[in-house]
Amino acid sequence: MKKEGEVRISSGCAISGIFCRDGRRITGEAIKKSIKVMHNRSNGLGGGFAGYGIYPQYKDYYALHVFYDSQTSREETERFLDRRFDIINLSKIPVRQTSAIADAPLIWRYFVSPLPHMLQDSQLDEDEYTSLAMIRINDSIDGAYVVSCGKDMGVFKAVGYPEDVADFYRIEEYEGYSWTAHGRYPTNTPGWWAGSHPFSLLDLTVVHNGEISSYDANRRAVEMYGYSCNLLTDTEVITYILDYLTRKQGLTLEECSHVIAAPFWSTIAATEDEDERNRLSYMRNMFSSFLITGPFSILVGFSGGMMALNDRLKLRSLVAAEKGHTVYFSSEEAAIRVIEDNPDRIWAPRGGEAVIVTLEKEAGR
Amino acid sequence: MKVVDIRKDGIDGIRKHENEEISVTGCLGERYIGCGMKNGIMHIAGTPGNAIASYLDGGSIYVDGNVQDAAADTMNAGLLAVNGSAGDALAYGMRGGRVYIRGDAGYRAGVHMKAYVDRKSILVIGGRTGSFLGEYLAGGIIIVLNLDERKDITGYFCGNGMYAGTIYLRTQCPPVNLSDKLITRNVGKEEMESVIRPLVTDFASVFSLSAAKCLEGRFMAVEADKSKSYSQLYAAV
Repeated sequence: MKKEGEVRISSGCAISGIFCRDGRRITGEAIKKSIKVMHNRSNGLGGGFAGYGIYPQYKDYYALHVFYDSQTSREETERFLDRRFDIINLSKIPVRQTSAIADAPLIWRYFVSPLPHMLQDSQLDEDEYTSLAMIRINDSIDGAYVVSCGKDMGVFKAVGYPEDVADFYRIEEYEGYSWTAHGRYPTNTPGWWAGSHPFSLLDLTVVHNGEISSYDANRRAVEMYGYSCNLLTDTEVITYILDYLTRKQGLTLEECSHVIAAPFWSTIAATEDEDERNRLSYMRNMFSSFLITGPFSILVGFSGGMMALNDRLKLRSLVAAEKGHTVYFSSEEAAIRVIEDNPDRIWAPRGGEAVIVTLEKEAGR
Repeated sequence: MKVVDIRKDGIDGIRKHENEEISVTGCLGERYIGCGMKNGIMHIAGTPGNAIASYLDGGSIYVDGNVQDAAADTMNAGLLAVNGSAGDALAYGMRGGRVYIRGDAGYRAGVHMKAYVDRKSILVIGGRTGSFLGEYLAGGIIIVLNLDERKDITGYFCGNGMYAGTIYLRTQCPPVNLSDKLITRNVGKEEMESVIRPLVTDFASVFSLSAAKCLEGRFMAVEADKSKSYSQLYAAV
């Protein structure tokens, strides 16, 4: 019988992120190298990447990455898109066939903008118009899954180890100022293509290490606001919560962290500043259904920035580092050292403490 | 001294020589280094992976950098000395031996450490710690020195649910959110000389620090309030 240490032991997923605050665009090679170090934290049932700044030539168009089970679902989806969007470019996403990645769906990419008259008739802004259309595709077209729909960004995910997923999608051929990655070790939900991380809506992406014990309460809450959780895993709901709180409620990401990883009531009571105490109390009371319980460390990508956040008890590991204009996040220090062996600063953020980085020329979200 | 390049020789390369004095180079996330080692001396360069020195049964491991999560998990005997910081869940369920961390420790350091007859777990941390230090402590000694004099020597819930052992903090202020099932007291001269000074002097010598400086100021002890029953000690959050 093999002893512990001689066999692979569950560690519950790996996350990694690289953010260039100066907007410098780097290839996907570095993020692949980082996530590969944590190979043993995954079990081959999911890996994925999100890159920002990767489509500068189409930066004003929504980039849709879509998985299809069949040509029928593709045709139906394209008819749906044709009626609502101006499709200025469509193609299969280039992939490199590898024996490590099997059973791939049809993977297509579209650059689109809402048809002006349809947008005007809808009386919605273009983000809301687009997000509702994408939710409708995922919800009502059998075998079609929009896995990414933001501008100048994209999600690349599959069933497999993350380094193999990177090879499959030729991630080294893309250049972006921000990258996140995930290696999956599903414990109680299926490992399938659309269920791999990152999860995404518009430009918001989430990679997650952990397990949400409040999932069903959170799901019921977001579904009251028009979202639909149909990707069969808990992380999806974090994406919709953050979209709702930032885009629809106008909260900053730091405020969101006080909702989803809210301080304990005892901590709030001990807060000396009365305004701060009242603000934190308001957040907990007003958005109580969006409190996420259970262990998590997440990286949230968005246009122009990235947020790293642990659950308030810090039940999953998270390490951060800085070197010059570049910020790194990872589940393990080794995954940072492999791409930056001499960081200016390396630290472990506290539980519930959001670390938010943005482009140096951008206003914060 | 034999040099083992872990990138080339792997964990098996270490195991072949683990009862000797060896230098391990190039570590980058490899897990279980020194797991169950009984003798020998190991010098480690790089960033070793999770669970270094788990089940360590003797010998010494010196790390010239940081260690990740679950270092010294269920360690029985020997020494783990880290000339950097430690991740979360350091010395979980430790049953004996010494763990010295020059820098900080993450969350849940020393959870469920134990002591039995002549075996006493010793954990000394030169920096500060995250929350849940010594949670459910069942025996042994934890000392936190906060040598950089930063605010908050520990995080929240220090010693929650502990029912034996002692946590010594080099501070005059009790930790925040301390459970009412715990008592704090200032350490007297006799206890200082018989318990703290020998351990801190040993810690200082390992890292070439000034023992006198590490011992400067007052120490506070955190212990279980024995007048309150065990069953009440699992504090609700």
